[in-house]
Amino acid sequence: MGALLSLSTALILVLIAFAGVKEANLHFLFGAIIPYIAIITFIIGVIYRILKWASSPVPFRIPTTCGQQKSLPWIKHSKIENPSGTLGVIVRMALEVLLFRSLFRNLKTELREGKVVYGSEKWLWLAGLAFHWSFLIILLRHFRLFVDPVPASLHLLESFDGFLQIGMPRLFITGIILLASVSYLLFRRFYIPQVRYISLANDYFPLFLILGIGITGVLMRYFIKVDVVNTKHLIMGIFTLKPEIPEGVGGIFYIHIFLVSVLFAYFPFSKLVHMAGVFMSPTRNLSNNSRMKRHINPWNYPVKAHTYEDYENEFREKMKKAGLPVEKE
Amino acid sequence: MKIYDGGKIFIGIIIFLSVATSPFLFNMGKATAKPDPKLDTPEIQKMKKKQCVEPKEFMRREHMKLLNEWRDSVVREGNMIYIGVGGEVYSMSLQSTCMKCHSNKKKFCDECHKYVAVKPYCWDCHIAPKEN
Amino acid sequence: MSNKVPTPDELSKIDYKPPKRKWMDTPVEFKPGTWCYGSRPKYLEAVGMPNPRDWKPSDEDWKLPENWKEIFLEGMEERLRKYRSFRLFMDICVRCGACADKCHFFIGSGDPKNMPVLRAELLRSVYRKYFTTSGKLLGKVAGARELTVDVLKEIWYYMYQCSECRRCSVFCPYGIDTAEITLIGRELLNLLGLNTDWIAGPVANCYRTGNHLGIEPHTFKNSLEFFLSDIEDITGIKIEPSFNRKGAEILFVTPSGDTFADPGTYTCMGYLMLFHELGLDYTWSTYASEGGNFGFFTSNEMAKRLHYKIFAEAKRLGVKWILGGECGHMWRLLNQYLDTWHGPADFLEEPVSPITGTKFENTKSSRLVHIAEFTADLIKHGKLNLDPSRNDHLKVTFHDSCNTSRGMGIFEEPRYIIKNVCNHFYEMPEDTIREKTFCCGSGSGLNAGENMELRMRGGFPRANAVRFVKEKHGVNMLANICAIDRAALPPLMDYWVTDVRVTGVHELVGNALVMKGEKERTVDLRNEPLTSKESKEE
Repeated sequence: MGALLSLSTALILVLIAFAGVKEANLHFLFGAIIPYIAIITFIIGVIYRILKWASSPVPFRIPTTCGQQKSLPWIKHSKIENPSGTLGVIVRMALEVLLFRSLFRNLKTELREGKVVYGSEKWLWLAGLAFHWSFLIILLRHFRLFVDPVPASLHLLESFDGFLQIGMPRLFITGIILLASVSYLLFRRFYIPQVRYISLANDYFPLFLILGIGITGVLMRYFIKVDVVNTKHLIMGIFTLKPEIPEGVGGIFYIHIFLVSVLFAYFPFSKLVHMAGVFMSPTRNLSNNSRMKRHINPWNYPVKAHTYEDYENEFREKMKKAGLPVEKE
Repeated sequence: MKIYDGGKIFIGIIIFLSVATSPFLFNMGKATAKPDPKLDTPEIQKMKKKQCVEPKEFMRREHMKLLNEWRDSVVREGNMIYIGVGGEVYSMSLQSTCMKCHSNKKKFCDECHKYVAVKPYCWDCHIAPKEN
Repeated sequence: MSNKVPTPDELSKIDYKPPKRKWMDTPVEFKPGTWCYGSRPKYLEAVGMPNPRDWKPSDEDWKLPENWKEIFLEGMEERLRKYRSFRLFMDICVRCGACADKCHFFIGSGDPKNMPVLRAELLRSVYRKYFTTSGKLLGKVAGARELTVDVLKEIWYYMYQCSECRRCSVFCPYGIDTAEITLIGRELLNLLGLNTDWIAGPVANCYRTGNHLGIEPHTFKNSLEFFLSDIEDITGIKIEPSFNRKGAEILFVTPSGDTFADPGTYTCMGYLMLFHELGLDYTWSTYASEGGNFGFFTSNEMAKRLHYKIFAEAKRLGVKWILGGECGHMWRLLNQYLDTWHGPADFLEEPVSPITGTKFENTKSSRLVHIAEFTADLIKHGKLNLDPSRNDHLKVTFHDSCNTSRGMGIFEEPRYIIKNVCNHFYEMPEDTIREKTFCCGSGSGLNAGENMELRMRGGFPRANAVRFVKEKHGVNMLANICAIDRAALPPLMDYWVTDVRVTGVHELVGNALVMKGEKERTVDLRNEPLTSKESKEE
């Protein structure tokens, strides 16, 4: 039900953009107003979410330690998996954010003849990594439409991305990787029974949305061509705060930019905020040094405890009889 | 709303903000002009009906594909004849057909290519027209 | 206990396929043998916890306070404000499913709500309904649901089927730690008086007598004296430890389980022998007679209340530093919580081993040394005369305890000790040890009798790995550094594996330790004959 709902929502969004431009001529709405709303919602929303998390303190130092602690000098300390200081934490976080270290550990647990067996399971890691990196590179590639003049580094990125030298315009490998990895991530939501069981509409929707964005992007580049010069002019209008709708920008572009706008506006209200959240996870971004340096809990409050005095008052006679020392005879 | 670990959070937000608004920041204070390819070459001015091999809109969107097809057709199939929209016959040649009219590469080709950061590899093999 | 535990054959038939019906539409079913009795009122009254009354989880009416929903939601709001972990973990899960088959309770039961992600979703769905705009507006479509009595019961049932072992958190790409979620979940349930008897009882005991078992000071001394006579029988050496002694250099704190029941008692004998042999200037305390803390499975405040005594007693006795025995969750707390709760420990000194002069730099603030760190250092400096052949009748494997693994990272110290006191040591498969270790199935206060089926299910992956090394190497002894392990693993081994027994690391040390003036040993600490030297030479 969640999947169907998400798919139909994504399709309706496509139709809205298509009809909005083709039938209702709302070019300015879709080419300027909605993108602005999306950008503002995205930026303010994400910052709001970060501040919301930051408004709750981290009362205890609770890193999940995944390696040998720092203890005696002759015992090899696992500096990254169980960091004892800032440098270790930075490396641990970098591995987590850039290479999905934890997901790389993934195992597949199976039951065979009454025995539990563990196998390596790297597909989720691979697809996740492929998806996030290709998304990032594609986003960066789009900067050729965002700035003028275009810096040389972008040409370099494009020549890497297009290294296969297939087709005209040249095929970008990231486009293929993005579509393939998103399709796999979607496929596993249907195929793996447990994952299907836990999936919500909120899990399918961004996948369909990104798939829609990827497909319209690929269509625009290779098949249903748009006038790139005018398209860039439209985009530059947005980013120079002088929005303008030039002639000759194809309908497919409006669908694409509308889906992107929806993704960005949806971002802060959804699980997609894991992009910011991953940096703030206390099980990952803290060093395991709470015996070396006292961690302060800002809301630490005194509690009612059973003092030694209370204890001795109750057991004094028994203690004396057993020859245990007491404070008060 | 009290913020904990404010220093780190602040740095994080600044990084996020600068990345998220970078397209705006890059363009700040820069006047960007829409490219204006020139069609005022002597050859074009001589033409009675100013018409390319295909309609203007098609050429704007698809010229790269067309040129690619021309190349394949000439190099791989040896076919050099192209029939235009109105039945005109053209020779599929970048240098002697396209550039004959559009002899102003800088003001015609490069104007837009630079704007959208495209580096066509036409001139890896072909000789670019000499301009001053 | 009237519930019959199914046979291992029956139990190992596990279906991982989730049912057709959506989880939100599947009401909770209290399966016999999977839940603990409700807390008796006297235990709650003893520590002033709310809503003390007689109740049974199987009852229709849980006798909740009238405004229970308000209490629960307000409690949730408060904790969202207090714990970044909680708020963050409610928000950022993407339901990738990487955690699903990492939970021992899921592996052993196949119950989809035992997948860490779904266990968290039970609370997350309530969070969405009351604390997010999309949940308020879209309801079920956004994965939100109303908090009803049935939902509350479901939360209760599954919060007490998590042993807070943090294995899922190792695999989660965002480090989402189900232990954080269930700790807070249990805290919320405790606002309504919904503890289990097996946790509430030890908490009440511990508050009054200083230990979970409710051992009073004179009895505590007596139990230790009982071990001393055993030690004398075995080694011929008379040991006289001190209790509540002011001016001792070191305060020794260990879980009370080690002073009470086999096989923990043998570990306790190992401590006594080691300290005697070193001539250590240390004292036991009858007041700080518990390192474990069932308060941690109740609420943060209760945990803090129970662990007050450790620094307080160290201060009263004027010791220089604290040495802690083998225990799992005790060490998570000593490593990650105690100094924050009750520090700074500025009345103590930075710990230095009086035998080797080693400074324990890693605990220079909280001044709490783990006994495995202490003993490993002794062995490294050649301060112990060890005869590992006295453990030759044992083929040993080592079970990393959840808390010391994933809340501390003490992996090499115990292994180093074992390798120096035993000749036969074999590791279990890589995916089941160290940071990927499996829980005994009974952690976090689940080691009761009435939920035996749950415990056997939860311990299945661990037992399975032990069975593997038993079949491959003939392993017959499962070593560990956790008192709950020592209590929980023996029945687990009997159920799934058979003929593998359980030991603390310091029992093995006690066996191998050649003491000055001891008589020729013929039996180990369990009074079982050693493999004789001659028969080995043949």
